[in-house]
Amino acid sequence: MNQQAEGKRGLIAAAMLAAGIGSFVLGLMTSLSEGIHPVENALNFYNPVGALTGKTWIAIAFWLISWAVLAGKWRNQAVDFGKVYNITLILVALGLLGTFPLFFDLL
Amino acid sequence: MMTLTARESWAVIHGMMLGALFLLAFAGGLAELINLGSEWTTEAGIVKRVRRLIAGTWIMAIVAWLTVITGTYIVYPWYRAKPPEGADLTMFPRSFLLSKPDTAGWHNFGMEWKEHVAWFAPILATAVAYMVTRYGTKLAKDEQVRHAIIVLFTIAFLTAAVAGIFGAFINKAAPIH
Repeated sequence: MNQQAEGKRGLIAAAMLAAGIGSFVLGLMTSLSEGIHPVENALNFYNPVGALTGKTWIAIAFWLISWAVLAGKWRNQAVDFGKVYNITLILVALGLLGTFPLFFDLL
Repeated sequence: MMTLTARESWAVIHGMMLGALFLLAFAGGLAELINLGSEWTTEAGIVKRVRRLIAGTWIMAIVAWLTVITGTYIVYPWYRAKPPEGADLTMFPRSFLLSKPDTAGWHNFGMEWKEHVAWFAPILATAVAYMVTRYGTKLAKDEQVRHAIIVLFTIAFLTAAVAGIFGAFINKAAPIH
C-alpha cells in the first residue's frame, strides 16, 4: 500500500477511534451522573434540559478533540486498522452499557 | 378540521419527518455499501455508487444531528417540565408517567435509555460519512474498511431505532400537547 493510501487509512482510523472515545465518554458521563448526585448537578449546564446537556457536551468535546489529535498524529502514518477497529467496538460497547438504565441503576 | 399545536408539530418533525428521512438514508446507504464490493461493479459504477454513498451518509449524519438537537432542546424540555401545584398532569408527560406505577417504567427505563442512546447516532454517523468521503473509491477494494463502516453505520441506525421506537411508545402513553 502506498504512502498516500496509508495516510488516508490513518485519517479514517482516527475518525473511527474518536467516535469510539466520544461514545465511551457519553456512557461514562451518564453512569456517573446517574450514580453520583453532585455530578448530576454539575452537569446541569442548561436547566430546561438538565444534566443531559453536560453529558452530551462533554462527550462531544472529547470526540472532537480526540479526533483532531489522532488525525494530526496518524495523518501520514501506517496504523493497524484492525486493532483500532476492535478498540473502537469495545469503546462503543462500553458506552452503550453506560447508557443502559438497568446498568446505571445498579450504581 | 385537522390541527396540531406547535408542540405537537415539533414532536411530529422530530419523530416522524426526521425519523423517516434517517431510515431512508440508512437503507440506501447500507445497500450501496454492501453492493460496492460486488465483483460485477465497473470502475465507472464504483464512482457513481461512491458519490451516492457520500451524499446518503452525510444526509444521515445531518438528519441525526437535527433529530437529537430538536429532541433535546425543543421537545424534551416540554416533556420534563415540572408541573405547578394542582396542575393537570396530562400536560406534563414525565410527571404523568411517574404518577402511576403501571406507567412509570416508560420514563424510568424507556425515556432514560432513549434520551442517552440517541446521541450515539450522530457521532457514529458523522464518523461514517467522513470515512466514506475520505476513502472514496478505495472502499470498493478494501473489505476490512468497508466492513468496519457497515458495522458502525448499523450501530448508528440501531441506536436511533431504539430512541425512535421508545419515543413513539412514550408519546402514545403520554403525548406532548
